[in-house]
Amino acid sequence: MSEQQKEPLLQVKGLKQYFPVSTGFFRKKTSFIRAVDDISFDVYPGETLGIVGESGCGKSTTVRSIAQLYKPTAGDVIFDGKNLCTSSEQEMLRSRKNMQMIFQDPYASLDSRMTVRSIIAEPLVIYNKRHMLDKEMSNDDIERRVEMLMERVGLNRLFKNRYPHEFSGGQRQRIGIARALALQPKIILADEPVSALDVSIQAQILNLLADLQGEFGLTYIFIAHDLAVIQHISTRVAVMYLGKMMEIADALELYAHPLHPYTEALLSAAPIPDPAIERKRQRIILSGDVPSPDKEQPGCYFYDRCPKKKPYCKSHIPHFIDIDAKHKVACWLYDKTVNV
Amino acid sequence: MLKTNAKTVLDVKELKTYFGTDAGVLKAVDGVSFSLHENETLGLVGESGSGKSVTNLSIMRLVQTPPGKIVGGQILFDGEDILKMPESEMRSIRGNKISMIFQDPMTSLNPFLRISTQMVETIRLHEKNISKQEALQRSIDMLKQVGIPAAEKRIFCYPHQFSGGMRQRVMIAMALSCKAEILIADEPTTALDVTIQAQILELIQQLSIEMGTAVVLITHDLGVVAGMCDRVCVMYAGRIVEKALTEDLFAHPAHPYTEGLIASVPHMDASSKSKRLFSIEGQPPNVIDLPPCCPFHPRCHRCMEVCKHAYPPLKVLNEEHSVSCWLYATEEQKAQAMAEVKA
Repeated sequence: MSEQQKEPLLQVKGLKQYFPVSTGFFRKKTSFIRAVDDISFDVYPGETLGIVGESGCGKSTTVRSIAQLYKPTAGDVIFDGKNLCTSSEQEMLRSRKNMQMIFQDPYASLDSRMTVRSIIAEPLVIYNKRHMLDKEMSNDDIERRVEMLMERVGLNRLFKNRYPHEFSGGQRQRIGIARALALQPKIILADEPVSALDVSIQAQILNLLADLQGEFGLTYIFIAHDLAVIQHISTRVAVMYLGKMMEIADALELYAHPLHPYTEALLSAAPIPDPAIERKRQRIILSGDVPSPDKEQPGCYFYDRCPKKKPYCKSHIPHFIDIDAKHKVACWLYDKTVNV
Repeated sequence: MLKTNAKTVLDVKELKTYFGTDAGVLKAVDGVSFSLHENETLGLVGESGSGKSVTNLSIMRLVQTPPGKIVGGQILFDGEDILKMPESEMRSIRGNKISMIFQDPMTSLNPFLRISTQMVETIRLHEKNISKQEALQRSIDMLKQVGIPAAEKRIFCYPHQFSGGMRQRVMIAMALSCKAEILIADEPTTALDVTIQAQILELIQQLSIEMGTAVVLITHDLGVVAGMCDRVCVMYAGRIVEKALTEDLFAHPAHPYTEGLIASVPHMDASSKSKRLFSIEGQPPNVIDLPPCCPFHPRCHRCMEVCKHAYPPLKVLNEEHSVSCWLYATEEQKAQAMAEVKA
């Protein structure tokens, strides 16, 4: 959130994504998995919003719902002035041009029977055919653009006729990035793009993403479970737990002054690669596991594991409390109007 | 490099494990030596494909043959060479004296059997004259010790009824149920979330202190190493490139690879924010038919001529710190190596 007066590029309002659970012979729908449960946030142009949380907290579902890969159960996603949830397919196609994704698993997200050239060119070809590009492209133009993109992400253009299996994990992630850049999008939704990579390769990809952001003025929503990676790349960070957003703040502020007990625990559990600090610090070890998101809870979803729980939290779902203009937290401890 | 007071429980000397592939000989582990002392936690760090896991599978003699084969070296456990033992004797060591926990707790438990069946079977395999009832009681005690609530009931559940963290606890309970002297933990927390990871690591640490188990911890996470290990071996392309006490390694990394690895991890403090990360250029090498040179030289920013032609000798920097890098070799050694190459 660089400047307050800036219009948000993306607004998420009350987004809900429920998946029905079917049981029995007749596949009767018995309950719902509340993967994303009523979350709202804004993303401003040029910033990186990091979303962090444990597995099953709904990070991936959130970005997939934003991209309309799932039809959200409720809520609005307003991107560039258009509500994606009510858009027609034609309108959606137009919006998708400005919204691209990078996926976690560079092995599964590329078609193994397509050459690198056809993978990177595919979005261009599709939009070109429908005359939806700013300028018609000839086959030669597309070829040039693919080569340019490959060089930009650090792949040798001579490899364009090779297949994904001939590349290492880091290189495949570069192919995925080149494909996402092909249509010159405004926002890139990156779903754990470095989690499957080795440390030395991870640093290369993080640097590449930072460079591209500066060069093309990109906006990122960046998902990771590694807190150090999120801190490094993000302007703002949102913490999710069990489909709920627990806290959102500027990255530096969140790491320096975490307010939510879950954020505190998460930060204290993250290992720090420095024995001098690591040996001395006190960890908050949470007991128990993340509960299943299929039961609706009457109170705070973190209640069972919270080291600072109060009786009031058990029966009342906390709402977002504005600590200041940029820092919001969903925890009763910070609501002065309620005596917990 | 022995600590004067601690007993050495495991001594790996010049271990070589090769795999025969269609493309050539894959030298997964190529001359690895380290020793493990009583009550210590030794870290093995490296990127994927550096030979960490194969080293430990070799210690357990679980390398599938063919294609894999332990072609050389010694693994001394209590003074005896594991590699020369008959399979029957090896079986009494595996699980009994040396235990192992794997990365993925779901694939290492049998999904068709109750936890009770699997744990009792393990215990009764190693201790012939224990009754089923006693073994079950011991299993329940172990589950309690690793922090599984309502262990008396939970032991009759199937693996899928446990969460990832709980399954890893079951694995640890099984691994420790025979009071092993050595616990090999192969990326025990990689599949787990950070808050669960913190629980499991604390559990391993606490149990190893209580039971006096020596632990070999394989990981790629330098943060985990910093918190858990007494000593660290850094592996690259099947070899140990640097060995040191944990504090020493982080404070004074000697090998350019170790240095790069430490520098390329993002830190959670304000000062490193939005700075470019140091990155080691290029890819880890293909370990098939590696030429006899330093495998790191194409990615090394301090590469010299000699690095491209000969494998660096081991240089002992101090009692606990040694490194394989030409930067620390004497001029004569370099000249001699170059002369040999030319000849």
